Amino acid sequence: MGGLAHFLEDEGLATTQISLIRPQTENTKPPRALWVPFELGRPMGAPNDAAFQLRVLRAALALLERTDGPVVLEDFPDDAPADTAAQENDEGWFCPISLPPLAMDLAAGGGFKAAMAAEIAGLSTWYDIALRERGRTTVGLSGLAIDEIVDFVCAFLDGRVPENPNGELSLGQNLKFAVEDLKAYYREAAGAQPGHNTGKQMNNWFYGQTAAGKALYALWPIAAELARQRDDGFMKTFANLLLIPASQKFRAEKEEA
Amino acid sequence: MVRLADLDEPERSHLGTIPCPDFETRPWVSGPAMAARRVAMVSTAALQHRDDRPLLAGAGDYRVIANDAPDGDLVMAHISTNFDRSGFEQDLNVVLPRDRLREMAAAGEIGSVGKYHYAFMGSTDPGGMETAAREMAGHLKADGVDTVFLLPV
Repeated sequence: MGGLAHFLEDEGLATTQISLIRPQTENTKPPRALWVPFELGRPMGAPNDAAFQLRVLRAALALLERTDGPVVLEDFPDDAPADTAAQENDEGWFCPISLPPLAMDLAAGGGFKAAMAAEIAGLSTWYDIALRERGRTTVGLSGLAIDEIVDFVCAFLDGRVPENPNGELSLGQNLKFAVEDLKAYYREAAGAQPGHNTGKQMNNWFYGQTAAGKALYALWPIAAELARQRDDGFMKTFANLLLIPASQKFRAEKEEA
Repeated sequence: MVRLADLDEPERSHLGTIPCPDFETRPWVSGPAMAARRVAMVSTAALQHRDDRPLLAGAGDYRVIANDAPDGDLVMAHISTNFDRSGFEQDLNVVLPRDRLREMAAAGEIGSVGKYHYAFMGSTDPGGMETAAREMAGHLKADGVDTVFLLPV
């Protein structure tokens, strides 16, 4: 981010920016940056909180009026409301949708596919409500419908290599987009009801309590082996770095132990 | 929370030690008074229109986001799985605050909002973005933009 600011400023444009990782900004030294103590993925702090977003935006733009450059790095003073709510309430956010109980052995006999289909049946009403109320969905990178996404992912879990749904992209890239769409579908449904959630809370629910989350743990070694067999660099990166968040890998390590 | 101390390892060490470019110059452009500025945004959230060519890992190119494009037309192709997307799913403004910029323009706090915003793929070597960034600067200036607000994700 700081590099882009440098190039634009060098071209004659005044810049100001949000900083999420303060050490990176300290090292890159862009002209003006406002470090914010917000969760990665939320540079403006809080969804659906126009007043808070406006405070952040005004603070970032105010740096343009400073005259003590060429490097200005300021700290925004407040945590985001969702983080504050999470700290004040030990139980935090929980998914308000009751999902079917998970079978003991999801991998057996098409268990993942059946379990994910049952979950999606339960989530679909809330996904539709979220779509209606927000007027948008972020699902759509893969170009596949949700049932096609389940089929595509579960084919790998069944030991098959499915047909690449979009020949303009690699199989691994299509799998990446399908997995992102799957996660987005679940999160959009789970977040349909009002309430603050942090990303960590949403991840704990998805990876800890859903069949879809457990399917991604099962996909990890399968994608890694496929990458090895095909000498596929992107599939290897996908398996090891792009599939399970670093903060959620402890679940796999627990199961292996 | 993204104080590095709040993150789990190995993410904490990774983010705290990513190599950063070291520039020899420190350009500093002042620009006009706030109420006269025309502001556009540049995001590294890999935002794109649904029918755009996907932004892919390691690419230094960008996608153009029309200021008046419907929120529902925008998706996020970012490669990383180590940041929250649920905020973006609930409100585009948490990563690209178009509504807030428009409100500031309507209130006269800034002059106007650029016709286009731009998005790159984050987690990319900034050096690989330089050619595209300098070319993008020409498009921004052609639109009368004098000020850019940059947002990581």
